[in-house]
Amino acid sequence: MTEQMLVQTKNLTKRFGRVLALNDVSIEIPKGIVVGLVGPNGSGKSTFLKLLAGLVRPDSGTVLINGQKVGLKTKAQVSYQPEIDQFYDWMSVGDALDYTAGLVPDWNWEKAQELLGFLNLDQGARVKHLSKGMRARLKLAVSMSREADLYLLDEPLSGIDPPSRVRIIKSLIGGYESGRHTIILSTHEVAETEGIFERVVFLEKGRVRIDESAESIRAAHGRSIQGLFEEVYE
Amino acid sequence: MPKELRVELEFDSTRPIYLQIIDEVKRAVVRNILTPGEKLPSQRELALNARVNPNTVQRAYREMETMGLVETKRGEGTFISQDEGFLASLRSEMAHAAVQDFVRQTMALGLNESEVIQLVSEFFREAGVKGGSDHD
Repeated sequence: MTEQMLVQTKNLTKRFGRVLALNDVSIEIPKGIVVGLVGPNGSGKSTFLKLLAGLVRPDSGTVLINGQKVGLKTKAQVSYQPEIDQFYDWMSVGDALDYTAGLVPDWNWEKAQELLGFLNLDQGARVKHLSKGMRARLKLAVSMSREADLYLLDEPLSGIDPPSRVRIIKSLIGGYESGRHTIILSTHEVAETEGIFERVVFLEKGRVRIDESAESIRAAHGRSIQGLFEEVYE
Repeated sequence: MPKELRVELEFDSTRPIYLQIIDEVKRAVVRNILTPGEKLPSQRELALNARVNPNTVQRAYREMETMGLVETKRGEGTFISQDEGFLASLRSEMAHAAVQDFVRQTMALGLNESEVIQLVSEFFREAGVKGGSDHD
């Protein structure tokens, strides 16, 4: 191997009861790119991200992060954002940041402050009183305030208002440093996010259907990723 | 003005985005929205406004530099070329491409050369369309 891949999965398979959530997925992702993980509900996106985050164990196959098996060491290098809300209602925005800052090894307060400003989040606001869009912004601020090697964002745009979606996308672009940040973002709302993807992985029923660079999808198929998405899953 | 470039950069996402950025800059130059020597928005600014990956913008800027459309001055930014010859040839190249597209489309409708020319003259006369420069 000439270049160390940041993420390497080999024949990754995971079942939940009778459901085959992931079926023989082998993917390599280098450092420093933004990957769109797309597919309809139930295609295995969340399971894939959880396997990388070390929250779920594979039935067979392997996951390597920075060449190491997923475990305590790799967990410290990965910032995982679940689809569900992880904050308590009684917390303020500031509490939520403090809370996470105390749990992770790589918190960066400077980044946190910058993100709060950019996302128009008020430190004193109670989580309980935040709109869905504002909660989504808070989740993103928390995930991206870490100095992680890998950011895993599970449906960060799902079900939130358009202005919040735009803010979130822009803050991802604004905070992104070429070659340094690696982001895997799962979504089934492709149209709005496709501009930020460099590579797109289509999952279907737990399998990789397409894995290609975003620009070459446009060049080779003459259509948007959204268009291809609609065609593939129709 | 970079401001106008920003407004027009609504990419259509069925073509590679870096090519669309290049085309947009070319069009802006030919139409004098961007003038020789004018500063382009920073790569980051453009990425944010168009909501595209900074690496995509970087690729577009790199290619524009290679083709001589822009110049990057270290620490200062990226500027439209001041090479008048290059800009003139860009203009004529784009005009030729537009004419070629137009002629292909009309030929596909079964029109011949004189019919096409006649239609074009009629169109200009009836619509009172004025071109960019002032020949009669």
